[in-house]
Amino acid sequence: MSATATPDSASRKVQEVESITIRFAGDSGDGMQLAGTQFTNVSAVLGNDIATFPDFPAEIRAPAGTLAGVSGFQVHFASSDIHTPGDTLNCLVVMNPAALKTNLRDLEPGGILIVNSDSFGANDLKKAKYTVNPLEDGSLKGYRVVRVAIDTLNREAVKECGLTPKDSDRCKNFFALGLVYWMFERPMDGTLKYIKDKFGKKIDVLEANTRSLKAGYNYGDTVEVMPVQYRVAKAKMTPGVYRKITGNEAMAMGLVTASTLAEKQLVFSGYPITPASDILHQLADMKNFGVKTLQAEDEIAAVGIAIGAAYGGAIGITATSGPGICLKAEAIGLAVMTELPLVVIDVQRGGPSTGLPTKTEQADLLQAMFGRNGECPVAIVAPRSPGDCFDMAFEAIRIATQFMVPTFVLSDGYIANGAEPWPIPDLSKLPSIKVQHPTGPNSSNGQTHENGAGEPGTFLPYKRNELLVRPWAIPGTPGLEHRIGGIEKQDGTGNVNYDGHNHEHMVKTRAQKVANIAKTIPDLEIEGDQDGDLLVIGWGGTYGSIATAVQRARRKGLKVGQVHFRHLNPFPKNTAEVFKKFKKFLIPELNAGQLLLLLRAQFLIPAQGYNKVQGRPFLVSELEEAIEGILKS
Amino acid sequence: MATTALPTLKPQDFASDQEIRWCPGCGDYSILAQMKKALSTLNFPREKMAFVSGIGCSSRFPYYMNTYGFHTIHGRAPTFATGLKLAQPELMVWVVTGDGDGLSIGGNHLIHALRRNIDIKVLLFNNEIYGLTKGQYSPTSRVGTKSKTTLQGSVDSPIRPLSMAIAAEATFVARTMDLDPNHLTMTLQRAAAHKGSAFVEIYQNCKIFNDGVFEYVTEKTTKSDNAMFLEHGKPMIFGKDRNKGIRLNGLTPEVVTIGKDCALDDVVVHDENVENPTMAYLLSRFMCPAFPEAFGVVRNVSKPSYDELQAKQSADALAKKGKGDLMKMFKNDDLWTVE
Repeated sequence: MSATATPDSASRKVQEVESITIRFAGDSGDGMQLAGTQFTNVSAVLGNDIATFPDFPAEIRAPAGTLAGVSGFQVHFASSDIHTPGDTLNCLVVMNPAALKTNLRDLEPGGILIVNSDSFGANDLKKAKYTVNPLEDGSLKGYRVVRVAIDTLNREAVKECGLTPKDSDRCKNFFALGLVYWMFERPMDGTLKYIKDKFGKKIDVLEANTRSLKAGYNYGDTVEVMPVQYRVAKAKMTPGVYRKITGNEAMAMGLVTASTLAEKQLVFSGYPITPASDILHQLADMKNFGVKTLQAEDEIAAVGIAIGAAYGGAIGITATSGPGICLKAEAIGLAVMTELPLVVIDVQRGGPSTGLPTKTEQADLLQAMFGRNGECPVAIVAPRSPGDCFDMAFEAIRIATQFMVPTFVLSDGYIANGAEPWPIPDLSKLPSIKVQHPTGPNSSNGQTHENGAGEPGTFLPYKRNELLVRPWAIPGTPGLEHRIGGIEKQDGTGNVNYDGHNHEHMVKTRAQKVANIAKTIPDLEIEGDQDGDLLVIGWGGTYGSIATAVQRARRKGLKVGQVHFRHLNPFPKNTAEVFKKFKKFLIPELNAGQLLLLLRAQFLIPAQGYNKVQGRPFLVSELEEAIEGILKS
Repeated sequence: MATTALPTLKPQDFASDQEIRWCPGCGDYSILAQMKKALSTLNFPREKMAFVSGIGCSSRFPYYMNTYGFHTIHGRAPTFATGLKLAQPELMVWVVTGDGDGLSIGGNHLIHALRRNIDIKVLLFNNEIYGLTKGQYSPTSRVGTKSKTTLQGSVDSPIRPLSMAIAAEATFVARTMDLDPNHLTMTLQRAAAHKGSAFVEIYQNCKIFNDGVFEYVTEKTTKSDNAMFLEHGKPMIFGKDRNKGIRLNGLTPEVVTIGKDCALDDVVVHDENVENPTMAYLLSRFMCPAFPEAFGVVRNVSKPSYDELQAKQSADALAKKGKGDLMKMFKNDDLWTVE
């Protein structure tokens, strides 16, 4: 937060800063996710670049006031191009002692700490396991502490609305929000409209929340408790119309856009699982796009229904997280064997087993790559940011339908729930998706049943095109009746075949078909230095942190390039060429080194991993250190 | 159903070019033959029929039918069939499964397909044994069944397929047997005509690993005393002399001799359409030797099918919101313009 003080029209000091990172933290029931989302929306509409990081517990309502129940929402907003939700906080809003205890370590020295001083009673302190009141023991003297009696002030503001004391207290997130709106010069209009839309039918609640928000704002304006006001100018972004988007929203829209442009029905079948359920929620409201959704009885049924739909000529999609992928593995193998287009979205979370359901991780890459019996290749793509989920969802449908192959999309909890500004796409500039279905027999004269090519005039479900892709015949089409299944096929006819040589031929054919996808994907692009000492290699949701760290390293004069894989199977065809241009390789991943294993095995590069599995994204600072470290070694 | 003139199909038109690999004498041969016969009477285009199966001897069925077919994975056939029917509601979708496939590994999917009432026809070939894996006991094996995994006889209670189907809210529940071709054909025709999930249990003899397990209902000499063939609107009577019947004593059924214990009027009249599933459930519990085992349509009630309701919701959404507009979807949030 580099700041220059400028005199405002009033006597109040306003500081112009490039970026601010703020976190709202409170009890799960305190409405912190709502406050953070509203703050984000308002900042985005104001023209700042934004990146967000919601961080909430797996429990819906852990006992109030306890450490386990703390929910946080972090927003990074800036007048420059940003890629991460910020390493350290410039401002922290805490609604209770538990929130203070679990979040204080992320606040920068001298940072602003807004505290709801009403919630620091003996009982509150005990629930947060404080033996001494931190507001009184001097432990916060390194911060600019702003004590605000939020409970009292809020109750006073809403007392004429006729709400119960409990309902009155539920407005206090808006009081806190109003206060920070004032502090960061955010207008209230957007949130006032939101309150009106949301509570329009409950006049008393509408009125109370409105009063609470305004009271918070006015409190900042009139009571000189706040150290300073901050101004973050508009970001210089590519011209266009923007909205804010989360990864899960972008994913759902990407799927619908691809199916609409391909003029195909989309059948989406899922089973509730954090953090993927939102995709099903979104699609359930898109029936007018030819979308059918089904909440299945379990993860296996969800993928089975999607595969059945794909056999029926629809685009079959399922979304889940790591534990769900385990259950779907056998069915995905069937889709590989029967060569049907299937899209499997894995919104990764901390594992193994139930792991850390609401926290992020990238540890399912090898599961997607190898987690099935037999030689069972699939295509894999991974979005690098919330907005990129749109493009990768689209790309997954393109690959699955063009190559008749199950295609994984590896998202993660961080980009699924995180948000960024997203330019509304120009429909005419989106890639086209053409899906073709045979309407008649495809065998040619001279081919016989014995050589695997079928009788003339018959339909051969496994006759391949130049990319080794079989035709996608839709049941209901006269003359193309055929049977498929999980038993090894004779190439061409698709008949059951147990011959060893045929099996080897089919194993190689399925692998080559997936390898052929590389002919249709873009080359890997190097960002930063085009050759030199170090190439930093990433994939998936870590793009923002890596890109920022590489930029900072280069500003220090280090010769560093960056590549970020969005296609993980197959890799882009120029991958080996790119690697030849660098001496050292650093692969930061939120796992124990999975891309590292793949790249070292396939390209024989002496890469080193930088690995973290703490359920949280990389800090830019730790990646900077890692880059400097490897260059010194 | 199609309205234009269709080429008349014969049973052999439904045969695929694949060599059938079931053991000689397997009950599956009869089921395959009766299926071809039943389908040929439906006046329904062959290309609109699909057979979906799981894993097991019975699940090879789709390979032998010249329709669309999908031989899937163990226990999951109802899920693939559900997806297929959702994508192509005009298809007639059959699921072929067995006691291991449908009631053990795939029990969950069977329950949910039935309660969802999606328009698929589930045929459960019950031979009370695992055949393809060479003779382990199954979830329908009777207590005491000696098999490779139950050397001293099985100790766990079998599941009753019809009871489970009724509990799962199936709208059509029937039972038939491999060795009664006419009854089998008729039952398949009835299942085909039902709109919604249909469940048919077929007693099927495994010649190799469980030979004769249903002999008491299939053998001519004992069949009429041990099997009761249900007909809608007709009294529940059975026996060599057609003089035995079922009477209800409160909610307790009892076997009576007509003319001795009671009059014909006292015998329960079968009503397959009755909403209340109690009688259907009682029938599903009938087991020899205490009771005759029930064959025919046990339950047949009408309820909108899942695929119809889905289609209706899609139509409603379309009417309410208009055809999906991508630009409108993208912009359905707060927007700002960067100049």
